[in-house]
Amino acid sequence: MPNETVLTMRGICKQFPGTKALDNVDFTLRKGEIHALMGENGAGKSTLIKVLTGVYEKDAGSIQVDGLPGEARIHSPQDAQNIGISTVYQEITLCPNLTVAENMFIGRTSGQIVHWKDYNRRATEILNSLGIPARAKQELSHCSLAVQQMVAIARAVDMKCKVLILDEPTSSLDEKEVEMLFGLMRDLKSRGVGIIFVTHFLEQVYEVSDRITVLRNGELVGEYLTAELPQVELVAKMMGKDLNDMVDLEKVGVKNAGGGETVYEAKGLSSAESRPFDFHIRRGEVNGFTGLLGSGRSESVRAIFGADRVTGGEVKVKGKAVRISNPKQAMKNGIGYLPEDRKRDGIIADLSVRDNIILALQVMKGFFKPMSKQEMKQFADEYIKALQIKTASQDTPIKSLSGGNQQKVILARWLLTHPDYLILDEPTRGIDVGTKLEIQKLVLKLAEENMSVTFISSEIEEMLRTCSRLIVMRDRKIVGELTGDELTQNHVMKTIAGGEA
Amino acid sequence: MTVQKAKTLTGKKEPLSNTMLLMLVSIGIFIAMYAAAVIFNAKGFRNPKMFFDLLNENSMLIIIACSLTVVMIGGGINISVAGVVSLTCMVDALYLQKSAVASPFLNILISLGIALGIGLAFGAFQGFLISHLEIQPFIVTLAGMILARGLTTIVSPGGKPVDVNASGAVTAMWDARINIPWFTEVTEKVKLGKVTQTVVSTDLEIGTLVALLVLVLVFLLLRYAKLGRNIYAIGGNQQSAMMLGINVKRTRFISYVISGLLSGLAGFIFLMHAPSAKTTVAARGEMDAIAASIIGGTLLTGGVGNVFGTFFGVMILATITKIIGLSDVNESFWQNIASGAMLGLFIMLQSVILSVRGKGKIHLPEWLKFIKPKGDPISPAK
Repeated sequence: MPNETVLTMRGICKQFPGTKALDNVDFTLRKGEIHALMGENGAGKSTLIKVLTGVYEKDAGSIQVDGLPGEARIHSPQDAQNIGISTVYQEITLCPNLTVAENMFIGRTSGQIVHWKDYNRRATEILNSLGIPARAKQELSHCSLAVQQMVAIARAVDMKCKVLILDEPTSSLDEKEVEMLFGLMRDLKSRGVGIIFVTHFLEQVYEVSDRITVLRNGELVGEYLTAELPQVELVAKMMGKDLNDMVDLEKVGVKNAGGGETVYEAKGLSSAESRPFDFHIRRGEVNGFTGLLGSGRSESVRAIFGADRVTGGEVKVKGKAVRISNPKQAMKNGIGYLPEDRKRDGIIADLSVRDNIILALQVMKGFFKPMSKQEMKQFADEYIKALQIKTASQDTPIKSLSGGNQQKVILARWLLTHPDYLILDEPTRGIDVGTKLEIQKLVLKLAEENMSVTFISSEIEEMLRTCSRLIVMRDRKIVGELTGDELTQNHVMKTIAGGEA
Repeated sequence: MTVQKAKTLTGKKEPLSNTMLLMLVSIGIFIAMYAAAVIFNAKGFRNPKMFFDLLNENSMLIIIACSLTVVMIGGGINISVAGVVSLTCMVDALYLQKSAVASPFLNILISLGIALGIGLAFGAFQGFLISHLEIQPFIVTLAGMILARGLTTIVSPGGKPVDVNASGAVTAMWDARINIPWFTEVTEKVKLGKVTQTVVSTDLEIGTLVALLVLVLVFLLLRYAKLGRNIYAIGGNQQSAMMLGINVKRTRFISYVISGLLSGLAGFIFLMHAPSAKTTVAARGEMDAIAASIIGGTLLTGGVGNVFGTFFGVMILATITKIIGLSDVNESFWQNIASGAMLGLFIMLQSVILSVRGKGKIHLPEWLKFIKPKGDPISPAK
């Protein structure tokens, strides 16, 4: 059984306008194995899954499924289900207002009448045999998220799936629930189901998977046996760095570790999305949060800014205890936040460059104290010059600017409020190299002018160049704080990977 | 490797579903209100006839409220129902007035056919626009409502009422009412040595029977037919329903067709009860139907609801109207104020109940604990 393949994907290519999402990717799944699919953001994991489940049409390549002669034809999620490929998504795709049993059978029974007794009996059988702690007649919304996910799996299993794709199934579960889910996964594995496990939790991969396939930038890095791939190497492969030739880059500029008072301090701060953590930053210090995608780095800074619902903890700004539970309070306390998702949380696409720049200042002042047009123009002019924003005029809608220039506008928005503490979450993502460097230089200059900055980036080099202190996160926990000589790529990666190295 | 088996839960009694709970609340309120009316207002509520009068007078509302409940469970809305009622009512009245067919039975069949045809046309066209062209249901049915009302006025003879009292069909339906023998009241008067008997009988009209039959059929459809469950599913989460393999467009389309057909039927039933057609028939009927559905526990957001709850919603509104109409304050604005207050109260109650059940943030006193299901923690799906 171990080496019988159930799914073979060969030479898969998928092109999107402007990017090659998948380039000649191979993937092999065997019967009764749990196969982790790993890669950073944009590596092509989800594209590969979507090609497999028929959400996207592939441009080239072949897919073969065990028991089907020739190439599998998958043009819709329905096709995929019919040939035994089932997917359980992170967001539950069941109906919360129906019962557990109904959710398992709806949409796939014949006949026009619902046989409740039959439904409930069969559902109970399946739930029992899989050890899922739910009752057939229970309304789904009364089940915990983990159980809802397990019900979705039970539905897939009852549909005689050969390939079960679990797309980030654990990201909203707590530890106990994750254990329950793993128990179910191992059970299914022993029944010969091939499971593709997409996740960004390293430890979970090592706990449950047999094999790992790593993708990077739409290309296949390789397929490895989990037992033979140390965690550090996995991180290196995902990030595309070879451990051996990781020479430290020369540091740009003089880094200011900050000397003065503590500008911001949090103890046990937690939000709806993040676990409790401690954090502080001094005047004129540049620090960074690092970790893989989903490690909780963005969630932590969102908690600092009050962008998510804050659930606990004590916060002191310049030594004074304050309460920050929404962005406006954070702004009043001199904190600025440049969000990770520029399009969603940052720009207001149809407003002009000028309106986008003065937005935060206007909010701080309150809407009943409007600024004069003259004032606004002056501010906008000043910052367009200072940050060298390339725009036709102040009145150009921001959506017609390039990504890098949009980012500068958002940066200007915050600089205009003269914050004491500025949080930049992925300010350099998706912008050209020149602008990246400009932003890095700007960060260092701001620090010299006694502003405290938290800088987050997926690129470690950038962080090493700008930050004097790096907070490393893994699986939503702070696992290390690096300063001084520890600030090397090697060291950072080892801390991210954790364990022995 | 040891497979971790979690304890499987069996044999435990299920907590009430949201649908059931909201329905029970409305039944409770109806009973309390009716009991209060019986105790305090002797004017007619002491007489069991009152209950049957309420049913007879509201048979049309019961049907259109059912039709709205179906659409609302599917996550939609249909505000054209009362417009369709007025149109079918008017067209049927004109037909009966001018009909050359002698047989009352045949006349009934033909006018019923006309009514269902008009309802079907409205339902299917609106359903197509909403499900296949994905236009907002509110806008589509608003257009339908205005169109139906306009057509009613145009087909009517100069906006004047059409009386069909003399029609054989109406007489046949009227005569077929069912007498409830043990509630018949006989009063005797002695006048000049002569004894005259006045008999006031308690009847159930055929139209009312049809309305109750519709109620039961819609209940069965929603509970035991695949179609009904699919309607709940698309109302619960449209995206999920699609992923579960449900044909969302077709299901939504059919829900509007059902709604249209029931509206047409309601128009016919109303004419048999009235028996005359005016341009103002069922004025504000769509609003009463929506209010009844909501009071009966149907959520505007879809996925939750029950036609029996809707029935009690209709009865609650009818009782309010009756009580205020019978008391000395015979002013329609009091009816509006009372109905409005009732609706507001219910919506508040619903949102409290749902938020308590959804997140468990509000601390409840002991005696209210039943509304919060025990057992698994509830996390709202993201």
